[in-house]
Amino acid sequence: MGMTVVEKILARASGLPSVKAGDVVEPKVDLAMSHENAALVMNQFIEIYQGTGIQPKIWDPSKISIIFDHRVPAESPKTASNQKKIREFVAANDIAKFHDIRGDVGGICHQVLPENGYVRPGSVIVGTDSHTTSHGALGAFAFGIGATEMASVWALGSVLNVEVPATIKVNVSGKFKKFVGPKDLILHLIGKLTAEGANFRVIEFHGPTIRDMSTSGRLVICNMSVEAGATSGIVPADKETLRYLTREAGVKGKIVCVSPDKDALYERTIDIDVSRMDPQIACPHTVDNVKSIKAVKGIKIHQVVIGSCTNGRLDDLELAAKILRGKKVAKGTRMLIFPASARIYNQALAKGYIGEFMKAGAVVMNSGCGPCLGIHEGALGDGEVALSTTNRNFKGRMGNPNSEVYLCSPAVAAASAIKGVITDPTKGVK
Amino acid sequence: MGQVIYKLGDDISTDIIYPGRYMATVLPTETPQFAFADIKELNERMKTKQVPPGSVIVGGKNFGCGSSREQAVSTLKGYDLIIIAPNFARIFLQNSINLGLQTVTCPEIDANVGDDLEVNSTEVMNKKTGRKFSVIPLPKARQAIVEAGGLIAYTRKRVMVGKSSV
Repeated sequence: MGMTVVEKILARASGLPSVKAGDVVEPKVDLAMSHENAALVMNQFIEIYQGTGIQPKIWDPSKISIIFDHRVPAESPKTASNQKKIREFVAANDIAKFHDIRGDVGGICHQVLPENGYVRPGSVIVGTDSHTTSHGALGAFAFGIGATEMASVWALGSVLNVEVPATIKVNVSGKFKKFVGPKDLILHLIGKLTAEGANFRVIEFHGPTIRDMSTSGRLVICNMSVEAGATSGIVPADKETLRYLTREAGVKGKIVCVSPDKDALYERTIDIDVSRMDPQIACPHTVDNVKSIKAVKGIKIHQVVIGSCTNGRLDDLELAAKILRGKKVAKGTRMLIFPASARIYNQALAKGYIGEFMKAGAVVMNSGCGPCLGIHEGALGDGEVALSTTNRNFKGRMGNPNSEVYLCSPAVAAASAIKGVITDPTKGVK
Repeated sequence: MGQVIYKLGDDISTDIIYPGRYMATVLPTETPQFAFADIKELNERMKTKQVPPGSVIVGGKNFGCGSSREQAVSTLKGYDLIIIAPNFARIFLQNSINLGLQTVTCPEIDANVGDDLEVNSTEVMNKKTGRKFSVIPLPKARQAIVEAGGLIAYTRKRVMVGKSSV
């Protein structure tokens, strides 16, 4: 029996000729990413060596990446002190793939990793962040783990006792309508699968719509695969992956694409035709509470957010700028824009998008997770409603349990900001 | 034996268990104060020591979905709670195994606040109703980490083996 992409990757990383769903393996890790929670990883890492008489030693500092994004710039002395400790640790351990709070190379981990060429097809990537699934967009097996598990990876260089996940194959066909795209596709799929439908499973994306999709769009669908519970989303690497890695991420040298075998065994197959899909909205307070925009248009919104590791990339900003051009954000609605990385921020600046956003009345913030996780910047007031291109709408997610968050695409967010109510961009915005 | 102190619905996210705004607090010794911070009554009861170790929270399906934040586990471990739910989200379950929080996967669990439950590795018995509910055991590989006393101890053994083989 043939293997899926993830089975092939895990077989290679575990030094086995083949593996199948349910096998327990110990894959070697190619990249181990953490953000501010590296502070906890460090604590657990040192704990491992307690009483052993062995000096704590990272297995391979070149394979560790640390990126500050969750609370940047620091919102509190506590965060600032943790960031300081991490900086000292990074310096002491020669961790080169470190991205501090900077306007040139900083940003959100799930954008910084791909754009710097740290993500390679066929690699095993773990991150202390659930949206590590994003990196499947480049054909890697990437999944989220906790801080203690990461400490174990730092010590051993492998992940212990990984059960090979079963794979759900998703075939996508059809051409998106104008102003409908990857975000609508993934919200639709999450609604169909439910928040637990892919728990302990991988979602492998195929079909002509995926082949035609840019890496930016693939990052959106893999990023949000975890909202269906998936261990990882993955798009088998292809020509577009090679284009992105060599042209945009500056990768030199050989890149090996891993494809599934023709007779790979899938747990189930789902076919989706996007040609008649409307913009999709995830309604409060679960990401699988997905409705067509027709069911929710007209709902008053107080805050619009465009950004995050899901939808803060250049094509997202370009689309939003196009819709906002010459228009104003509605009175009574505030609009916050967070480019996913400093590189994207600078590109948007050069293309004039940042100026257009400000002219429309939007506030452009520094790259980072921002209000998506409700720590600082952009908290909601009691009874307020947000419409956001981010990935989660759990109760309290934007910092206030007495508020509501709807999730949407950048096109819906921009069109709605102008009207102050949830608005269908496919119907034209006057 | 533990008493059910609270019942929660489906899809309880880590944002509910440990709100994002407390994520700057990372040390397991410091996280318990923020457990279920937005469910004030529950948070208060826990903080004021009205919840004895071994008390049970019964959750719905997909318990612990969302973020990988380990605080969502250490905050509950701090009170030595037992979490019983029909199923758990992957990262939360793994974090529980790694940190030694007792999670029990029990698809048919039926219990109310105040019921006393007897929990073992194969079933949960509700002493109030006399009903028994079977438990889905952890896969063997994960059980090994539990038996080692958590992932830190498990990894420590591996590190020691590495040392002796050099």
